[in-house]
Parts: sequence; C-alpha cells; structure tokens
Amino acid sequence: MNPRQGPWISAGFMRLIVIFVLLAIWEIGARLYADPLFLCPPSQAVAALPHIFGDPKVVNAIGVTIYELVTAFAISVVVGLAVGLAVGLHGFTKQAIMPVILMLYATPQAVILPLFVLSFGIGPEAKIAFGVSHGIFPVIVTTVAGVQNLRPHLLRAAHSMGASRWQVFTAIVFPHMIPSFFTGMRLGMTGVLLGVLLAELYVSTAGIGFYTRLFAESFSPPDLFALIAVLAAIAVTLNELCRMAERHFSRWNIG
Amino acid sequence: MRPKLQFGQRLIQLGVLIAILVAWWYFTLPGGINRLLLPPPAPVFSDFWVLLTTRSIWPDLLVTVHEWVVAVAIATVAGCTLGYLVSRSAYTVRVFDPLLAGLYSIPAILLFPLFLLFFGLGTGSKIAIGTTIAFFPVVLNTVAGLANVDKAYIRAAQSMGANDLQLFWSVMLPAAFPVVLTGLRLGCIIAFLAILGGETISSLAGLGHRIVSLAENMESSRMFANIIFAVLMAFVINGIVSFAEARGRRGFQ
Repeated sequence: MNPRQGPWISAGFMRLIVIFVLLAIWEIGARLYADPLFLCPPSQAVAALPHIFGDPKVVNAIGVTIYELVTAFAISVVVGLAVGLAVGLHGFTKQAIMPVILMLYATPQAVILPLFVLSFGIGPEAKIAFGVSHGIFPVIVTTVAGVQNLRPHLLRAAHSMGASRWQVFTAIVFPHMIPSFFTGMRLGMTGVLLGVLLAELYVSTAGIGFYTRLFAESFSPPDLFALIAVLAAIAVTLNELCRMAERHFSRWNIG
Repeated sequence: MRPKLQFGQRLIQLGVLIAILVAWWYFTLPGGINRLLLPPPAPVFSDFWVLLTTRSIWPDLLVTVHEWVVAVAIATVAGCTLGYLVSRSAYTVRVFDPLLAGLYSIPAILLFPLFLLFFGLGTGSKIAIGTTIAFFPVVLNTVAGLANVDKAYIRAAQSMGANDLQLFWSVMLPAAFPVVLTGLRLGCIIAFLAILGGETISSLAGLGHRIVSLAENMESSRMFANIIFAVLMAFVINGIVSFAEARGRRGFQ
C-alpha cells in the first residue's frame, strides 16, 4: 500500500468519526435554526425512545408490522420457490410463462395498491399481500435462473442410475440452485420491506403507518424520528440476516 | 445481446397473452368476480382509448414527469459529485463506501412521512423521495466505477505527463462510464417507482393520485385504464433509459 493512502487512523474508526460529526452538525443545526414543530435534534429522538416503547399501542403496532413482514417474506419464498421450480424445470412453461412473470416484475406495483386495499381490506392482509407482490418475483426469477444452467449430464447420469424425481431434486437440483436461491431471498426481503411499508403508509388502522401519520400530523418530530429509527433498525437487521445467509451459503457452492 | 426468439416461442407467448385476455373476459362475465375489483376488458379498453384520445390525463402526467425529471437531475448531480470526491483516494473509499452502502439498505420509503412534514403534500415531497431513492445507486456506482479503474492505465497516463484534468477526461471517465451509467439507469427507474408510490400515499396531483382518487370513487374501469397507462409508461421509461445506457456505452468505446 502506498503510505500516502493509509493515514494513521484506521478507516473503520474514521467512519465512526464521520458519523459522529454528521450527528453533531444535525444536533447543533437543529437546536439553533430549526422549527421544533418540524425537525428535532437527534438527542431528543433518542430521548423519545422510552416514550415510544412505553406506549403499548405503539409496541403492538411495531409487532404487527414485524408479523406482516415475516409472513409476507415466508409466503414469497415458499410460493416463489414452487412457482420458480415449476416454471424453470420445463422448457415449455419457461417459454410460455417467463415473459409474463418478467412483465409483472417490471410493473410498478404502487399503482395497483388501491386494488389490494379493495380486495383485502385495510387490515394486515392487504399489507401481506402487497408485500408478497413485491417479494415473490425476485424469488421466482432467481430460482429459474438457478435451475437454468443445471448441467444436463448430471441429470442424465442421475436418471440412468435410477434416481427418483425427489432424489434428483434433493441431490442435484437443490444443491445447484442454493447460491442463487439465497440471492433471491435477499432481493425478496428488500421487496417485501418496500411493499409492506408502502402499504402501511398508504392506509393503516393499527400498524406503524397509523402512528407515523399521527406523529407527523400532531407535530411531534421526536416521536416520529424515534419510530422511523426503530423501523430502520428492524429493516437493516432483516436485510443483514438475508445477506449473511447469502454469504454463508454461496461459499459452499459445489461448482 | 438477446438471442433471437424462434417463431414457435413467439407463438407460445402470443397464445399465453390471448389465454389471459380470454380468462379476464370469462371471469368477469355476470356472476363472476365483483366488477369493482376487476371490470370486464371491454369497458377498460374503451376507457383507455378515451384516455389516449382526450387530453384529460395531461395535467397529472406533466406533474409526475416534472417530479421525475427534477428528482433524477438532483440525484445525478449530487451522486456523481459526491461519488467523484469519495473516489479520489483509496482511504476515503474505505471510509465512506460502507457508510453509503449501509444507508442504502434502509428502505427510503420510511422517510416519506418526514418529507411530507418538511415539503408538504405537493410536488416537493415526491421530488425528495425520488431524489433520495435515486441518489444511492448513482453515488455507489460512481464510486465503484472510478475507484476500480485499472491502475496500469492511470500510471501509464501519469508517466506520459497527463495532468489531473486530462487524466480524468481521457482515462478515468471512459473507464468508469459503463458502471456509472448502470447506476444512472437504476436510479431513473426506481425514482419513477418511488414517485408513483409517494403519489399513491398522499399527494395533490400526478398519475398515482389520479389512480387513487378513481379507486376511492369506485370507478374501476377508468382506474384500470389509468393503471394500464402508468404500467406502459414505466415500460417506456425503462426502454428509453436502457436504450440511452446502451448508446452511452457504445459512444465511449
């Protein structure tokens, strides 16, 4: 390494300093110049955390949102995997159905959000359904891509040695598609987060969408910032879990 | 390049399309699905034709396009500038790149209530959400593009006496351009989706607003016509941006 590029402070420590400086600028700027009805310094947002967690209704709303996220993700992965395998393993269905799936994937789902509310109501069902509509397509597409470059001679060898359908799946197809499957899960989680949160913000009676709106409309930015920070932490945790799973499983790819 | 599709494959795809239309028509016959949820194809297409031939959609379309253009412009300028500054040394890349990537993994839509509070219900909050969402792919790809230029090129140019500006214009930019373009394409597309989402959540005008108000008035065939319009527009934007990316790539090689 060029000595000019490696100052005495490590990059990780410098990153912490940068974060601290940015927070300090925000803190000082907000205290001196901002209208307290709209913007609060970060220290007040942190101070509002006990208030947020002290309100059982808000805690319940966060729980509802986590439930929606996890359910939508589980449905996306299970159904997406099944559809992806059904579509990807046969040449005919792949030609016939894949273009339709890619078209649906490229559709801006936000414009059909009112339809989800019309059909599923304003409860958690609509959020789960909307989350699934965002999360399922990456899973399908990566599953299809995962089984696509399966080497034909492996399949032929298995068949000629008398493997059953299930054995072919567990011994050949599944190990082969694992890396791309976990990539699909990570992309699916990103989609589910977007879909569920978008639907929550659109209409909500008990979830976090209701409280973000309430805090914004009652001009209490500390509560709003604290709630958004909690949700961001949940989202980043879920994303990181998927990313870790992806990294772990793409390592033992039998290539 | 996409391999040429065979005639048989085209035929299968056409068949699937026709099957979907027939299924749509069949399930919306009287006694089928509720007309509010899924109106029959005929009134949807006639409403779509009305939409194309009259100018009623123009004001909302202009609002959405305006928000999109402004958001993409701000995100491009800010993202490329910050990306360039960060990529100046390997040390700043190591400091800032994980920071930006970490921020990118927070769903930006969470900030929308804040933007509503700061910028109001009008175009300001949509421009803000579009800019925020488009900024990250642009800046991350600019950093990735500029920081990963082959060191041999840089050393060769320097040893031949290129100054900083020449180095940037003749070596760094052409080498990094394809990666930066990919970021711009991603940014353009997700900014459009975010703006539609923002308009759906709360707004005063725009395509998303139009669809929501038609849904709330239970005018489902007009709503579907508008949804088809918005979906086609997303495809058109996708096509234009991908075309521009391919052209830009070729122009620099």
